[in-house]
Amino acid sequence: MERRIVITGIGAVAPGKPGAKEYWELISNGRTATRTISSFDPAPYRSRVAAECDFDPFAAGLGRQEVRRMDRATQFAVAAAREAVADSGLDLPAQDPATVGVSLGNAVGCTTSMEREYTVLSNEGADWLVDHRYAVPHLYDHFVPSSIAVELAHLVGAQGPVALVSDGCTSGLDAIGHATDLIREGSADVVISGGTDAPISPITLACFDAIKATTPRNDDPEHASRPFDATRNGLVLGEGAAVLVLEELEHARRRGARIYAEVAGVGTRCNAYHMTGLRTDGTEMADAISHALAEARLAPESIDYVNAHGSSTKQNDRHETAAFKTALGQHAYDVPVSSVKSMIGHSLGAIGALELVACVLAMRDGLVPPTANLHEPDPACDLDYVPLRAREARVDNVLSVGSGFGGFQTAVVLARPEREAA
Amino acid sequence: MSDANATATELTVEDLTGIMRSSAGEDESVDLDGDILDSAFADLGYDSLALLETVARISRDYGVELGDDVLDGVETPRELLAAVNRTLAAA
Amino acid sequence: MRADGTVRTVVTGVGVAAPNGIGTEAYWAATLAGRSGIAPTTRYDASGYPLRLAGEVPDFEAEKHIPSRLVPQTDHGTRLSLYAADEALRDSALDPAGLDPYGMGVATASSMGGFEFGQRELQNLWSKGGRFVSAYQSFAWFYAVNTGQISIRHGLRGSSNTVVTDAAGGLDALGNARRQIRKGTTAMLTGGVDGALCPLGLAGHLSSGAMSTGSRADRAFLPFAEDAPGQVPGEGGAFLVLEDAASARRRGAREYGELAGYAATFDAAPQASGQAGAGLVRAIRRALDDARTAPEDVDVVFADAAGVPELDRAESRALGEVFGPGGVPVTAPKSMTGRLFAGGASLDLATALLALRDGTIPHTANVARPGPGHPIDLVTGEPRAADLRRALVVARGRGGFNAAAVVRRDV
Repeated sequence: MERRIVITGIGAVAPGKPGAKEYWELISNGRTATRTISSFDPAPYRSRVAAECDFDPFAAGLGRQEVRRMDRATQFAVAAAREAVADSGLDLPAQDPATVGVSLGNAVGCTTSMEREYTVLSNEGADWLVDHRYAVPHLYDHFVPSSIAVELAHLVGAQGPVALVSDGCTSGLDAIGHATDLIREGSADVVISGGTDAPISPITLACFDAIKATTPRNDDPEHASRPFDATRNGLVLGEGAAVLVLEELEHARRRGARIYAEVAGVGTRCNAYHMTGLRTDGTEMADAISHALAEARLAPESIDYVNAHGSSTKQNDRHETAAFKTALGQHAYDVPVSSVKSMIGHSLGAIGALELVACVLAMRDGLVPPTANLHEPDPACDLDYVPLRAREARVDNVLSVGSGFGGFQTAVVLARPEREAA
Repeated sequence: MSDANATATELTVEDLTGIMRSSAGEDESVDLDGDILDSAFADLGYDSLALLETVARISRDYGVELGDDVLDGVETPRELLAAVNRTLAAA
Repeated sequence: MRADGTVRTVVTGVGVAAPNGIGTEAYWAATLAGRSGIAPTTRYDASGYPLRLAGEVPDFEAEKHIPSRLVPQTDHGTRLSLYAADEALRDSALDPAGLDPYGMGVATASSMGGFEFGQRELQNLWSKGGRFVSAYQSFAWFYAVNTGQISIRHGLRGSSNTVVTDAAGGLDALGNARRQIRKGTTAMLTGGVDGALCPLGLAGHLSSGAMSTGSRADRAFLPFAEDAPGQVPGEGGAFLVLEDAASARRRGAREYGELAGYAATFDAAPQASGQAGAGLVRAIRRALDDARTAPEDVDVVFADAAGVPELDRAESRALGEVFGPGGVPVTAPKSMTGRLFAGGASLDLATALLALRDGTIPHTANVARPGPGHPIDLVTGEPRAADLRRALVVARGRGGFNAAAVVRRDV
């Protein structure tokens, strides 16, 4: 019998206050966490807004040594994982460690630590021949994102397959996809999965400035992320982590676990077109969606909510609108579509996992989170994007998509495990 | 190079092709030394990133601020030269 | 079809960029001749650093191998990746245009991403200002860059991904490629070509505490030797075309061998020293089970070969536990390349396939004999002729990653 994969625990460190509950409160009320960057002086940059986490690692239970050793992205992941594991009720120490895996998404590694240590070693950029004698003992771990997965694996005692999945902005979704592969093939029964990124750092601002991907709407930070709005002019950077406990269905049932949703289908494609550009017709994303639906054995019409990538760039929002129409047909016009990036910005390798947490909670509460700041829809974006206010609706089957630099296009379908196959 | 050009008041097509070569390479099927003034950048093998990189280089090498809108409506080298030289003349 | 109902996957193309040879056959000839690519660092002035040796890919002129348009937007490692991926695809004679539009994808591994590119842009930012940062920095340094660039270069639109598990990555990418083929993709370009041979990368490597204290190129990286002095960083790796065996047969493709088994595990931490290697033993046994291969049917092991005494001991102990003391020939031709991080295991897998093809086990050059703590039959001195059918490749990554893969021919 085919092994099925369900979500039994969730944890989040999202912009604003940490915690899945706090995150849901923010987005289900249509509030935004975007603001002028406070972690350093953003004055020299074209885009100076971001969605920052008000995260205190000590309050999250991390010790002094851990805080010193771990990059901010690692700290986010650890805090979210603790919450998710507690939420799942899973007794990890009683679990055979060889059956526990980790699959974590991350796009840009330990950016803030890497840049900070670079400035120390290079005399603030003066020296190409950096002075290694000033290096912190764990410098290597700041240079390799695998260190984030290592910390998480040690935290949960995983001795099965452990991987950091790095597919740019689809990393969070792809990590969930990889986790489902591991469970389905029998390499693990439980996988601690999700995504984390803490990219808000001068080098990130500078490189997004250079390609004008981020918004210059600096005078109105709360309303700077405007997916599908005619006045949108770029993404707002975010940060955070979400961790989901993925478990083989029978394993979860045997222990009487609360099951949030089944990961019913995953589709991934590459556009093989451009490192940052998108084909206007969204054909590869559409195919990823169709593939995920087929794997879930669900018809397009059965999707009750589409969690969009909705990054608030000119090209993305049109690209995926076209993809939804291709993959879902007429149903694209009927189904509610929303982008939580309007409220928590775009946290690169974390956002896909944060969005799946939003989907899980939408299913639980029968509430579709809104697209904030959508007042004047782009005529080319003519779907129902749930503007401004959350909407009550029965949500059984959800589609969440992501699109990333490198051409990655991913679609994930969540469903209720007791559903009738279409 | 930036020093040598800091006082330049005009960007020539030769300057432009030189900058494009070094900042974005050169498509093997295109002769940049031919008559390219009215060819679309897309036909010359240059995408939006290549143009952003080129404009950034011009801005640094010639010490001018080229605003976000400098590439608006620009599709050919002739149009880019005109847009840049307008700014240079005004500087 | 395999006994477990999954499709068989075979390697039909190999491409190599290594410190001791660019191109598969040049690399293989150098390896059999015992020619090392470890030499004094030339990429930057290393005179002020405690380690002045590296496994650099020599004389690689990017402009000769990749389109000019890609040169300004790529890190050195991405250029090498594009070269090796291109060679693997040509070698396979597979035309992606003849497949279903989503019939082929890319699965790569990375450790530090396009790190030299990243250091240059950090320097531009901090010494000159934000407007001196390249528009290409937004992707040139990140870990998924090789997957994206290879996908674009060859028009591969199938499921694609990037794994970062430090030096275990080359095998994990291969495992991911096999997963995609099992789910219906016809073929995958997979592998790792990696390296961070810039001053900032070296600072990272030095901080790991694993780097060599040796100063002579032929004495600096000596896996399994008594008092092994540590690691020498290198760059390079390999790409492979992994293909659904039915597709390969249909088109009459030349097959290097089948990917018969793969597994990944993670070490418990912190480890009692007596337990070190337990995760590696599990990875090897699971890969052998997956390949339905008994330990006695393995003809050669390509070791992870850290070159750090404690790690070497853990590996030889693990091999001894699975195969018995001296129970199987073990080799580490990476003594001629240095550690290639995510590229190392990909190159080892390519090397294993070439060994199967030619019935020759390349030797662990520069190592005269294994140290007394190593109960292994290490192939040293010169290549050893043998009837090879099954090879095991082992890889480990910092922090506790273990991976193992079994390749076989003609069975």
